[in-house]
Amino acid sequence: MASARAFLIWTAIGLAVVLPLILAASSEYLAWRDPIYVVAGFAGILALCITPLQPLLVRAWPPGLRLPAGRRLHRAMGTLLVAAVVVHVAGLWVTSPPDVIDALLLRSPTPFSLWGVSAMWAVFTAAILAGFRRRLSPKAWRISHMGLVAIVVVGGAVHALLIEGTMEPVSKIALCALAICMALAGFIAPWLRAGRRTTK
Amino acid sequence: MSQAGLERRRVLAAGGALTIVGLAGLSLPARAAALAATPSMRGGSNNYIPGAPVVEKIGGGGFWMSGTVRRAGDGAPLAGQRIQIWAHTTEGSERDMRSHGATLTDANGVFRLEMPQIVPALGQAHAHLAYDSGEFDTVFLRPLLPSPKATSLEAHFVLQAV
Repeated sequence: MASARAFLIWTAIGLAVVLPLILAASSEYLAWRDPIYVVAGFAGILALCITPLQPLLVRAWPPGLRLPAGRRLHRAMGTLLVAAVVVHVAGLWVTSPPDVIDALLLRSPTPFSLWGVSAMWAVFTAAILAGFRRRLSPKAWRISHMGLVAIVVVGGAVHALLIEGTMEPVSKIALCALAICMALAGFIAPWLRAGRRTTK
Repeated sequence: MSQAGLERRRVLAAGGALTIVGLAGLSLPARAAALAATPSMRGGSNNYIPGAPVVEKIGGGGFWMSGTVRRAGDGAPLAGQRIQIWAHTTEGSERDMRSHGATLTDANGVFRLEMPQIVPALGQAHAHLAYDSGEFDTVFLRPLLPSPKATSLEAHFVLQAV
């Protein structure tokens, strides 16, 4: 019974991540894009798919996952997320340098790029801070990491939602909602635990 | 009940139409008296290649890009003005030379150019249009399609003499 439940939960997690990628892969727009543009687009979708996994992994919520393994996976996925964002921006740069330069200099006419650029700098800053984690106090680390993650998740979700692209709309909205809900759950979980401890 | 509803709707429609005609008649001369020049849009010049040739049609066509070119101040239509158009279409990215073409305005300052269907690129489906012939100030426009499925788009230029 427990193993059936675990199987269902892991399957649901897998589908939540893979389904948006599969639906995007069947987009009619792909026919009119260069290979580099397609890679850049899918790197962005992959980055979005990773975000709802991160709170799950770091808190080791899925059944059968222990905290040390969860933390290791969280760090690996964080590295993959940074790499995906780099490929996303680099690929778009090759596709249309003036559009990416406009976006990076915050003078693009499209609001979605501003959200994306904010999320990009937040994810890079989070990665750099993670490198100095041992030099930070646990509280300073937690507050800075959560603050940056909030920008990454909200910025990334709004960025994706404003784009007319290869992502299928319903799966895109569901994935963005999932990413925001998971981030919120990850943020409030320690508070809830602390509250329970003090009231006992 | 339905008869009365229909009647009421017809009266409202007729009244609305009269109001629009009346307002247009009143406001047109006033607006033309001090027509402001169209400002360039941010990102409008992205992937511009100067000197694209005047063509009958870009590629296989199927999408209609149209608009007007007028003079700032009095709003007089400008004939024979060269407007360059480019976009990411079903036949190529907006960096490709084959995605660029130019057309000339007619006696009424109207331009119209058939081009391949525009597809969403780098976030939203959009076109680029440029006036860059020197007689007037350069203007780059970057209008968005109302929907990625739209098969036509309008853009209007009001040019300021140099």
